[in-house]
Amino acid sequence: MALDIHKSRGTPVANQRFTWRELVQKPISKLDDDAFTRVRVIYMNGLENEALRFQHAAARFNLALRLPLAEIRRVEHHQATLVNWLLGADHSPLETTIAYEQVAIEVTAAMAQREPDEYVAQNMRFGLLEDFDHMHRYSALLDRLEGKDANNILQCYTDIMPGRPTAVEHRAPEHDLRRPFDKASADPLTKLHALSLTAAEQQTHNYYMNIGPLFADPVARQLYAEIASIEQQHVTQYESLLDPSQSLLENWLLHEAMEVYAYYSCVQQESNPRIRAIWERMLDYELGHFAAVSDLFKEHERRDPEEAIGASLPEPLPFESNREFVREVLAAEVDLRANGTEIVPLEQEGESSLAYRKHMNSQGSPSEIVAQGYAWRPGTELTLKVVNA
Amino acid sequence: MEDPTKLGHNRTGMQMSPLQAEMLQRSAADAAALVETDDLAEGLDQPEATLIAESRREYINEADALGSVPPPGTISGAVKSGMGMLTGMRLQVLIDKVAERMAFERGGTRLYDAALVKVVALARGTPVTIERVKQIRNQEAQHAELLRQALVDLGADPTAQTPCADLVGVQSMGLMQAVTDARTSLPQTLSSLLAAELIDVASWELLSRLARSLGRDDLAEQFDVALEEENEHLTTISGWYEGLLNADAKLLS
Repeated sequence: MALDIHKSRGTPVANQRFTWRELVQKPISKLDDDAFTRVRVIYMNGLENEALRFQHAAARFNLALRLPLAEIRRVEHHQATLVNWLLGADHSPLETTIAYEQVAIEVTAAMAQREPDEYVAQNMRFGLLEDFDHMHRYSALLDRLEGKDANNILQCYTDIMPGRPTAVEHRAPEHDLRRPFDKASADPLTKLHALSLTAAEQQTHNYYMNIGPLFADPVARQLYAEIASIEQQHVTQYESLLDPSQSLLENWLLHEAMEVYAYYSCVQQESNPRIRAIWERMLDYELGHFAAVSDLFKEHERRDPEEAIGASLPEPLPFESNREFVREVLAAEVDLRANGTEIVPLEQEGESSLAYRKHMNSQGSPSEIVAQGYAWRPGTELTLKVVNA
Repeated sequence: MEDPTKLGHNRTGMQMSPLQAEMLQRSAADAAALVETDDLAEGLDQPEATLIAESRREYINEADALGSVPPPGTISGAVKSGMGMLTGMRLQVLIDKVAERMAFERGGTRLYDAALVKVVALARGTPVTIERVKQIRNQEAQHAELLRQALVDLGADPTAQTPCADLVGVQSMGLMQAVTDARTSLPQTLSSLLAAELIDVASWELLSRLARSLGRDDLAEQFDVALEEENEHLTTISGWYEGLLNADAKLLS
């Protein structure tokens, strides 16, 4: 049954409460839970953190909304905690990184196939091939640093092979900006997609910035420094798709709709009953937030929320392997580059990007160093390279 | 590389800040006066009875396992495992421990990859040789392959990460961090390798006995060959480590 986002008022914000014990529940199993359960955990943490950061920024620009922002933000913070703490500590930071890239690949691929705006879809495919290459580089590092097989995390859903080489992903800032959608004419799904990928890339950027310095290995520290820089570019790319003329309240409403839509998608597809119950609770909470912000939107802007996000939610986002689609995009678009706001053939790339990355890579390219001669093999490349003692 | 045990301005101890330390201790005394002395004494005498212990116990009681040992993925594997089950043997215990050793040996190979770089960079003029480190590294890789083949023989999926294989990854993280840090010296690197080899020897002994107890003498014999090599690794590493420490101590005295 479809969810009527404008009529379901969910749990009232005043009733949204937690205890510390609820925030710190037993984690999912790294070994036995489906990889897409972990994908959903990471993805939803990203959306919660985007909600949190947006609401903090919003409070700096609007006095009248500070109290409702503070009230809802408290809940978003605790939701983020509950969700993120579902990851078990037997994931090494690098294994969690593999899972983050799986989120980036599979969620972006799912959205790119359903995105109604071809320009936005093209940008998603563009970003997809870069995250796809990050997976290859991090898998090499996991194998060569910890002696582990990235496929234990990926569970055969996601391929490990080079994409657009990370070393050529470094662009001058003017070539990371994109044309924003038009808030009046854009399909609500386009708005949800652009904001969701902004959120996902932002949490990935934050994660790499936090864990990069935890590695002792200087090559690992370099690789995280390099790929974090690309993730920052990706945040720039996706957030520049957002229409800057959306009002603060319209933006807030879109954030809450994004969270409702994502939790709704999680509820529909979750295979672990305990985690599904958590998604259901979070969905009810987000419906409560959406209802509260809808009321504020009507009060302050005298507008109907349907104008901003449409009458009903789109079909749930599918959490599934997109292997064939990714391969097709890889074959057709790996050589595309960016020039200004446009995705262009290789030879038309903006010259300032060439100069920028020539300097960045002039003392060595971490992503090339770490993956020299690497090709994924079941059970690590050591299964191939047993030499005579 | 700088002398790793030079005398210098280490600021972590209280004797480096005599004035601040005195003020700190006065504050600490004030704070300590607020603590129930019974609570403190009980916590030190009975660490299992503290609030921390109680909270941890609640989580332990409710915890799920790390995960499971996967069932055999092939028909021949199912037959092989089934034979073990029929004789009442918990073959999956052996599979889990073989997978654990394989994960450790793979991690160990990478640990020696990192150590090898230290040796190339720092071992000139010491008894530590590149050739021997490479030999140990390659034997670790061979042991991993031996264990992979053992898993195949047992009808198990050699690509699966079992619970003990997962855990050994957690346990090994500190060793990997210690060896890959560009700042750690050759003796400090050897200290990590010594820990890894001590774990290895004890674990291979256990694995060999476990295989025998489950009627797999064929595997146990192969494991004993690996154990012998691990004992040689231990002798080499501990000898180098002690030698370098003694040399370092004599220089300082």
